[in-house]
Amino acid sequence: MDIQIRNIHKGFGSFPALAGVDLDIASGELIALLGPSGSGKTTLLRTIAGLEFPDTGQILFGGEDTVALPVQQRRVGFVFQHYALFRHMTILENVAFGLRVRPRHERPSDKDIKRKAAELLDLVQLGGLEARYPTQLSGGQRQRVALARALAIEPRVLLLDEPFGALDAKVRKDLRRWLRELHDKTGYTTIFVTHDQEEALELADRVVVMSRGRIEQVGSTDEVYENPATPFVFDFLGNTNILPGEVREHHIYVNGGPQPIADTAGHEPGPIDIYVRPIDLRIADAGVPSFDVDVLSTQRTGPVVRCEARAVTSGAVIEIELPHLHHDVPALKAGARVPLRLSNFSVFARGKPISRQALPDVVANAPAEYRERARAG
Amino acid sequence: MPGFGLTLGYTIFYLCLIVLIPLAGVFVKAAGLGFDGIWQVVSSPRVYSALRLSFGAAAIAATINAVFGLLVAWVFVRYDFFGKKLLDATIDLPFALPTAVAGIALTALYSGNGWIGQFLEPLGIKVAFTPLGVILAMTFIGLPFVVRTVQPVLEEAEKELEEAAASLGATRWQTITQVILPTILPALLTGYALSFARAVGEYGSVIFIAGNLPLKSEIAPLLIIIKLEEFDYAGATAVAAIMLVLSFLLLLIINLLQGWSRTRSGARA
Repeated sequence: MDIQIRNIHKGFGSFPALAGVDLDIASGELIALLGPSGSGKTTLLRTIAGLEFPDTGQILFGGEDTVALPVQQRRVGFVFQHYALFRHMTILENVAFGLRVRPRHERPSDKDIKRKAAELLDLVQLGGLEARYPTQLSGGQRQRVALARALAIEPRVLLLDEPFGALDAKVRKDLRRWLRELHDKTGYTTIFVTHDQEEALELADRVVVMSRGRIEQVGSTDEVYENPATPFVFDFLGNTNILPGEVREHHIYVNGGPQPIADTAGHEPGPIDIYVRPIDLRIADAGVPSFDVDVLSTQRTGPVVRCEARAVTSGAVIEIELPHLHHDVPALKAGARVPLRLSNFSVFARGKPISRQALPDVVANAPAEYRERARAG
Repeated sequence: MPGFGLTLGYTIFYLCLIVLIPLAGVFVKAAGLGFDGIWQVVSSPRVYSALRLSFGAAAIAATINAVFGLLVAWVFVRYDFFGKKLLDATIDLPFALPTAVAGIALTALYSGNGWIGQFLEPLGIKVAFTPLGVILAMTFIGLPFVVRTVQPVLEEAEKELEEAAASLGATRWQTITQVILPTILPALLTGYALSFARAVGEYGSVIFIAGNLPLKSEIAPLLIIIKLEEFDYAGATAVAAIMLVLSFLLLLIINLLQGWSRTRSGARA
């Protein structure tokens, strides 16, 4: 089912949780809503589900406006971060719940309900555990029960709110891959919320990056990573160094650098910020555009060597990351002065401050219910 | 299991000293009457009607508390409103108040010329000095038990459970009966049992409002006192022993029910 979201506004008290959101989702897509706490991503998901109602705007499921429809009638499969399984029911009963509560004339026979629930448990690879209670399962298994339960009503769209947030790193990784496979097999339009950029980039067809109730950028995982539209998106998708710089005569200079590091692609002359990831900094060979840094410290953490350095001319402190066997590593000794080149970077006009974290003062003044959610992510 | 022997030994010793020996004393004393003797005491109309009133009124009071205590707990957990903290604190007052004070206050309110009684009297509803008054006093002192046992469980039963049920198409009624109530049933039963037990044993607040008419509004604990004052120690312990046995049986049944509903909600892993 394709979904169109049109100009959604939603406030909690005076706090604008969603400030004009537009989004088109094609049928069968797997979409990630990515953003920090308080960015409005969970509110958007809950608004699509009908668990929150927008102040203005439309949400169209296959062209039909659903804003007036209560959650019971929207046929959305919703999966909660903390599973929200019914503890007093076996997992088979949990999965069957959505079918059992249908009005009598729409309800399948008991036998069909059981068969369908068992099929879904097979689909989520929990066949044979029908008679267990939720408390007898691991976190990963519980989340799969929750997913099977949501699928039982043959939802028009599947919505997952930080589905892996409560699981440990290893399980999370397995479950991610498994969810992707399941999505490809079943083809449900799926929207999931996450604050983990790695999760969004690995799992989704398209990523919607949100901040302060607005969409910053929508794009394929490559697009948002390679061509971030705003400083916020760049910063949110990974570790970031910011080098103050300047555009002069069609060249980009690091502040105080004697030689340009690159040509511009149509930037206005003036002060700029150069955004570069720690993994995109390497020692420059002679004759390559570069800027000098003094190495402050170097530390290996697992497979990665992290190096802190200070730009000689501007004093900006930057971080460099290398695989620990990289041939640059021996040169990055504390106290050494080395020339660096930028293998990949983005340029933004100065004066557009990025806000990576939710604004603490704004969130603190929001109503209690919203703060709870903001804290949960 | 380091320390097991010592702690178990202490537990048993303590239980014996505080609970078992005094209770055993009741049975030993009562046994002096012999089975026939006990039966004679218990089957006398006055004792029988006192026991019936004590247990019947306690059951009704605990039932009322289960319903309205659940409602109170629900409101406290789910809504924020002005004065909630204050109201929340008043729930515990029946715990702290000397029961005699509660009894006198209730009697003053519900007697024929009391604040509330004066409106009920013309309607033909007599509360003070009737079994209704007994139920009222027992309800008053039992309320905190239900509220305080259900509240934490309700808090734990996240709003998400309701949202999950709603997203699966369940109506509000289906959500309440099939999701919320089963989730809190064990806690509700605990609250019921505590409230019931307290009501059966209650003395101070009840005797003021009950009027204590033999065969009509006289509770069993009072009867025990009366027998003691008549130096009928054997008779008093016979009534006490019967109350103990009945209470134990009823609490055992409630406990079994609770165990059953707890296994249904899955042993907490």
